[in-house]
Amino acid sequence: MDIDVHKVAMLSRIRLTDDEAAELGPQLNSILGYVDNLQQVNTDGVVETAHPHDAAMPLRSDVVSNGNRRDDLQSPAPKTESGLYVVPKVIE
Amino acid sequence: MSWETVIGLEVHVQINTKTKAFCGCSTEFGADPNSQTCPVCLGMPGQLPVLNMEAARKSVLTGLAINGTINLESKFDRKNYFYPDLPKGYQITQFPVPIVELGHLDIPVGDGEKRIGITRIHMEEDAGKSMHEGLDGVSHIDLNRSGVPLMEIVSEPDMRNADEAIAYLKQLHQLILFLGVSGANMEKGQFRCDANVSVHQPGTPLGTRSELKNMNSFRFIKQAIDYEVNRQIELIEDGGEVAQETRLYDSVKGETRPMRSKEEAHDYRYFPEPDLPPLRISQQEVEAIKAGMPELPGQLRARFESEFGLSSYDADVLTQTRELAGWYESLVAAHPADPKRCANWLANELLGRLKEMETDVADSPVSAHKLAGLLDRIADNTISGKSAKDVLDAMMASGDDADAIIEAKGLKQVSDSGAIDEMILKVMADNPQQLEQFRAGKDKLMGFFVGQVMKASRGQANPAMVNQRLKELLKA
Repeated sequence: MDIDVHKVAMLSRIRLTDDEAAELGPQLNSILGYVDNLQQVNTDGVVETAHPHDAAMPLRSDVVSNGNRRDDLQSPAPKTESGLYVVPKVIE
Repeated sequence: MSWETVIGLEVHVQINTKTKAFCGCSTEFGADPNSQTCPVCLGMPGQLPVLNMEAARKSVLTGLAINGTINLESKFDRKNYFYPDLPKGYQITQFPVPIVELGHLDIPVGDGEKRIGITRIHMEEDAGKSMHEGLDGVSHIDLNRSGVPLMEIVSEPDMRNADEAIAYLKQLHQLILFLGVSGANMEKGQFRCDANVSVHQPGTPLGTRSELKNMNSFRFIKQAIDYEVNRQIELIEDGGEVAQETRLYDSVKGETRPMRSKEEAHDYRYFPEPDLPPLRISQQEVEAIKAGMPELPGQLRARFESEFGLSSYDADVLTQTRELAGWYESLVAAHPADPKRCANWLANELLGRLKEMETDVADSPVSAHKLAGLLDRIADNTISGKSAKDVLDAMMASGDDADAIIEAKGLKQVSDSGAIDEMILKVMADNPQQLEQFRAGKDKLMGFFVGQVMKASRGQANPAMVNQRLKELLKA
């Protein structure tokens, strides 16, 4: 299996130089090779492990417990306007 | 060439919980931007989601109402993509094991019914809202909606034209409202529909489908599907091929267009959500939810037909919403003598007037109790059905009760036989020629005399009594 490093980087929004891509390609391929080995194991009839802990999900009551903390929460944002986050235009 | 259309629908329903799916932020619509957020729904590092039990309960209730299988253990997964209204960089959803599978909905088609399969209902979280219009080079993001719980209801590709698709959506919309699991307001985005549409020739494999998005009314959904079906047929007949793509409906131009590549480049890389263990529900909990199932539209229609003797048409009209059905039942409780009269006056007279006022029964200026008061006056012959319509107009305008208006306008019907006889005798005296012809056998002049007497009474004489007394006096 040969991985498209640039595509994976784009999906993860990670900027890679060609040198980095050349270095990471073989490393990722060797990881995938290892996963391929695992895929060989016959798991017919084995129940999938959905979660490492055998715990059921705790549930929350439907009660509002958070107030308006906008100023606090928006303080790390690079740019806001009238309470809205301002981001580079999404649709061209 | 004959073509068959194949349509499957995906409906996103906002579950009407007070708080978000995985945190305690309010879901109230219309709040100040970003005033209902917290580190969990903003995707801050290290925050852990905890599922809202009410979202799970309402999903199970919906699953039971479509006769679906409830998975006593279901799982959550991450769907990964980058968009600024999705702060975590992934949406928590359910992929291989949703909470509900394999249900169905019966929709009216022609005089009969058609069963539409429902593949699955899964729970997921909504994204925030992006605004682009009127902004130069930037977009604005409001994350109040980020994390609001959704049910995605996915149908089988069982619909064969836009009308069936709309019938399914209306049936589902009504069911959701009866269950009380969502406000289902389409303009507020609480009930959103995507349509998968393809065409093929019967007996051949299914065609390539396109996915239509951005349709926020039943009318637009129908227009978009009709447009898309024609586009695909023309494309194939001209030797082209349908591309598997997402298309947006432009309601102004009335056409669909492909989403730009940037908007749709997706490779979701689903994987199990490590922050959430499996959701387990016991059979007892499912039974308890089932026990709280409200009366559903079909059951209500059947009961209205059998209990009140309504036609299937009237029963259908009066069960469109739970509020309207409740209003009708209050009306019958206040005027129990004649449920059919109640149905006629509600469906034909009151609803018509409310429609003109662009309001509904919940905000009707005339209460069920007051409308019953008017129907009582028709029943006891105080007023005719005809003048009752004028009284209702006045009630709608003033909110007064029927008796006050009848009194003030002097509309009380004349049912006093002495007074009616007096009017008849005068009409006979004034029209000797017609009287002679009638007595000579020209029976159809009866209508002339009825008209004259009603006119003399300014419409207030009881028509049944006028008829009866005329027959006796004219022959004398």
